[in-house]
Amino acid sequence: MRNRLVIVLSVVGLLSTVPLQAHHTGATLLSETTVTLKGVVKNWLWSNPHCLLTLEVTGADGQVVQWVIEAQAPNSIFTEGYRKNSFKPGDVVTVTANPVTNGRPYGRFAGVVLADGTTIGNVGGGGRGGGRGRGAPAQ
Amino acid sequence: MLDRFFFVGVGLLSAALVLPANAPAQNSSGQTWPGPVPNRPPVAEKDKKPAPRRTITGMWWSRLGNQAKGVQLRPNDGSPENELPYTPYGLEQYKAHKPLEGFDAVPPAQANDPRVACEPLGFPRYNHYDLGVQIFQDENKIAMLYHYDNRWRIIWTDGRPLPKLLDGGVEIDGQFHEQRWFGYSVGRWIDDYTLEVQTVGTMPEDRVWLDNTGRPISDQARITETFKRLDADTLEWSETLEDPKIYTRPWQTMKIPMTLQDSRIDVLTRYCSPVETDQYNKIYGDSASGK
Repeated sequence: MRNRLVIVLSVVGLLSTVPLQAHHTGATLLSETTVTLKGVVKNWLWSNPHCLLTLEVTGADGQVVQWVIEAQAPNSIFTEGYRKNSFKPGDVVTVTANPVTNGRPYGRFAGVVLADGTTIGNVGGGGRGGGRGRGAPAQ
Repeated sequence: MLDRFFFVGVGLLSAALVLPANAPAQNSSGQTWPGPVPNRPPVAEKDKKPAPRRTITGMWWSRLGNQAKGVQLRPNDGSPENELPYTPYGLEQYKAHKPLEGFDAVPPAQANDPRVACEPLGFPRYNHYDLGVQIFQDENKIAMLYHYDNRWRIIWTDGRPLPKLLDGGVEIDGQFHEQRWFGYSVGRWIDDYTLEVQTVGTMPEDRVWLDNTGRPISDQARITETFKRLDADTLEWSETLEDPKIYTRPWQTMKIPMTLQDSRIDVLTRYCSPVETDQYNKIYGDSASGK
């Protein structure tokens, strides 16, 4: 499992971002680096306290890894362009995210390129990005 | 109990409907459902207007965010100047707390912050978490509607005395009254622009924290707040904590300039739902934090 994650992580560069504050996951949890994940949407949960995208990512070895990426609450990310119907099961999207530090396939949105090509937040890494709300405080 | 709650509720609603909120110097831009603007630029010196007398009515927002790193004046950053004067018991309480923020933050799977379970934050922690309030007042009381978790509080300004603090509650007119999440608050005007509020009878240390970083507070706390109108658009909100069970001396926790907002603003709701929180933890929080 760890090898597969390394492969996925190696696809992208490690780019500096601003440390985050989060709801239950805490500021100590998230890496300051970013990863880029191209995958197939399995589920998009539009809910408080955080929206969650479940994404199936196929690594270079052909293994599929299921990632879960969190965003801020609907009220916060709506203004950035996220919607309840931004993701549908089967959509192919590219997510830029800050992964958690324990090596598991979980992370926080920095940005995304949706299936129709729409870009939200910072994709490809760098700077503060989508999914964190409008300067939203920790919840 | 129901009657008392009904009476307070009617009073609050009446205040909200009858008393107009102060309008800010500038209205929001053409939005029909405007939202708060925490970082609204300060009013230029030449445009400042004097504060109205003996009122703190209005929607007030802080530019400081949510004090995630601990109370505003003493962030929990490990620096000597921000160490708190704990009693031995207070330090023991602090060490038992496992916060998500601050110098002694732990991974989420180990945290025991009551907030994560959607427990009420209690007072004065509501002053130290994502501070934004709507304030209404009439001739007898001030009602403060806190943004986070849609909680509200009453400060009596009709001259009634502060209850006598007992073990586990307070004494009012010779009767025992239980401790409460917001305690018992009374206020008096020091001058036309300064309101001093004292609070006792808050919840015990096994139910509430002082801030996000796990600083403790006990039910023996006496909290003094000062609301000072600096001008029409600025309310300086200060707080001093005296808690001999936890701290060896009183200390000041915050002195925050609150900015007046457009009274037409429709505030985003911030309820903490146990069901939603549980769902979030099952899908993300537990695994992401190593559980």
